[in-house]
Amino acid sequence: MELLRFATAGSVDDGKSTLIGRLLYDTKTIFQDQMEAVEAASEQMGTEYTNLALLTDGLRAEREQGITIDVAYRYFATPRRKFIIADTPGHTQYTRNMVTGASTADLAIVLLDARNGVVEQSKRHSFLASLLRIPHLVLAVNKMDLVDYSQDQFENVVGEYRDFASKLDIGDLTFIPVSALHGDNVVDRSENMEWFEGSSLLHHLETVHISSDRNLIDARFPVQYVLRPQSEEYHDFRGYAGTIEGGVLKPGDDVVVLPSGFSSRIAEIRTFDGPVEEAFAPMAVTVLLEDEIDISRGDMICRPNNQPDATQDVDAMVCWMTSETKLEPRMKLAIKHTTRMARAMVKDVQYRLDINTLHRDETSNVLELNEIGRVTLRTTQPLFADEYRRNRATGSFVLIDENTNNTVGAGMIVGTD
Amino acid sequence: MSYELSHLRELEAESIHIFREVAAEFERPCLLFSGGKDSIVMLRLAQKAFAPCKLPFPVMHIDTGHNFPEVLEFRDRRTEELGARLIVASVQQSIDEGKVVEQTGVRSSRNQLQTTTLLDAIEEHQFTALFGGARRDEEKARAKERVYSFRDEFGQWDPKSQRPELWKLYNGQVRQGEHIRVFPISNYTELDIWQYIKAEEIEIPSVYFAHQREVFERDGMLLAVNEYTEMQESEKPFMETVRYRTVGDMTCTGAVESAADTIDLIIDEVAATRITERGATRADDRVSEAAMEDRKKKGYF
Repeated sequence: MELLRFATAGSVDDGKSTLIGRLLYDTKTIFQDQMEAVEAASEQMGTEYTNLALLTDGLRAEREQGITIDVAYRYFATPRRKFIIADTPGHTQYTRNMVTGASTADLAIVLLDARNGVVEQSKRHSFLASLLRIPHLVLAVNKMDLVDYSQDQFENVVGEYRDFASKLDIGDLTFIPVSALHGDNVVDRSENMEWFEGSSLLHHLETVHISSDRNLIDARFPVQYVLRPQSEEYHDFRGYAGTIEGGVLKPGDDVVVLPSGFSSRIAEIRTFDGPVEEAFAPMAVTVLLEDEIDISRGDMICRPNNQPDATQDVDAMVCWMTSETKLEPRMKLAIKHTTRMARAMVKDVQYRLDINTLHRDETSNVLELNEIGRVTLRTTQPLFADEYRRNRATGSFVLIDENTNNTVGAGMIVGTD
Repeated sequence: MSYELSHLRELEAESIHIFREVAAEFERPCLLFSGGKDSIVMLRLAQKAFAPCKLPFPVMHIDTGHNFPEVLEFRDRRTEELGARLIVASVQQSIDEGKVVEQTGVRSSRNQLQTTTLLDAIEEHQFTALFGGARRDEEKARAKERVYSFRDEFGQWDPKSQRPELWKLYNGQVRQGEHIRVFPISNYTELDIWQYIKAEEIEIPSVYFAHQREVFERDGMLLAVNEYTEMQESEKPFMETVRYRTVGDMTCTGAVESAADTIDLIIDEVAATRITERGATRADDRVSEAAMEDRKKKGYF
């Protein structure tokens, strides 16, 4: 059984909570006691219907204020797949939350209301999904029951969306007309929309091909932890533990270690359950080399003929995530990239992107909370990086405020030179 | 070769990554162990992360003094097999030293008191990171908690100012006196845990399997007749075939009626159940709608 992680984007008005509630309910994931608690809470708050949003609005502050603070993770499974939903709320903190939820997603569902068509918010959600390189995007055209399940209305929305989406970099785009409230095309195909020839949302989630999304070409192994048992049995043992972040590694492969540039060969790839013949992302393994070289955490093991860029100059799209400070030139921050920590100085903010219009504002050289812009950084140590579009793991980094220790920025590498 | 991982192997890889990341970046981590199935799975994952080395951190149990004897026996045996250093922090000792006052009355429980014992132990051993076996599917407050859950010098969790957590880039920067709780199995569901126990052939304490036990009913839950819980007059003990879905303090953990005496039968039962494990078995979560959130803010697990 495979695992699919997906993010949902849309506001309460688009029926996002109802859709998630429907998926959970129809796959028998909502438990009786959870349902009873939600019913009781709905009654206490004086709402007439059972408010499925209460299933995800977990914190007291949220229930009292009727807002959603943060990304919530929900789980369900069918006999075919296990699913992890990153449910991100739609209010002003939206960008920061969606970027967080989208960073690990294989697929995003963008919801829109069939009556309203493509609105600013749908554009914003779609842009963020493409910026974060979520490989699969589903546009769920919801509330079809309110437009009499009209094929024409659906086609209009699809056409409108395609015009806009041509400006974005989206790999795989699927349109599904649904009614979350009545369950049309959510789990089962709708009898009200026989004209629709595609699959239901759940069927799509169960079958969308995700294993090719992994990068099996560029071998990348950031060393996370060095294992030296220093016991009788493992006297000279020196294993490099880490998670494969791209490509395939095999015993006998020639490798080079960055930053030292020393070459060696893979002697063995171990796991607790025994040696493996091949290791690929996202396996967590221990690599043993034939030669004794000095390797520590933060080093990168890769193939001699396919190396990431070793660079101290980073050109990236950065999302700023705090209201405490602004990102501005000359600012110094800590940076975490793969298993490497360094310091970084902001050299320039080339432009700020208006995520509603995709307009580049080159007059601004600061980024505030929830703003995204193109930023150049200079780091104290080289990073072993790939473009984010090539590899989400070796192309991403976070920025940490050295005074507060907060995570304040998320970066996606565009270029290295 | 298909280059595909099953969901269990993908979850496992994620957990191993988290264990290694914390061990690399924190000076004094510690694994919190309750003897329950989740922390037993945690021990296995930690073992996998560092083999052939021993665990690079100790294992700590917060002992309320009201634990199932089967579970304590299991704890001692398992940690010895692993060659792990076991620390037992005792709630009884906190009571004896006057740091906390034991609740009295029929519904008294030491659940709340654990927080003080835990925070004192963290301070005594100067732990900077504590691995916990909490899962996000357990409870609504946990659904929103990060893998790295930051705690201030009072051990408090502030849900409104959690650090954004992106990709696999965990931010482990803490100041002196502060620490993090780390939840490597955040993304497992109860069913995943059982499937993993089966796939890995992991031994678990006998109380998880159906057995005969003298119980009494309270608030719709079956509590074990035990020396620490005072029964009310209306409560009558009877024998029942039960098993535990969660294992905690005897005074507030309920058993469920069940004939499931093998892992396969338990998996069938969990897959078909319509009540969450905390809802079915934890009196401590029933106090108020936000019971877990309130306890977490004070520094609970």
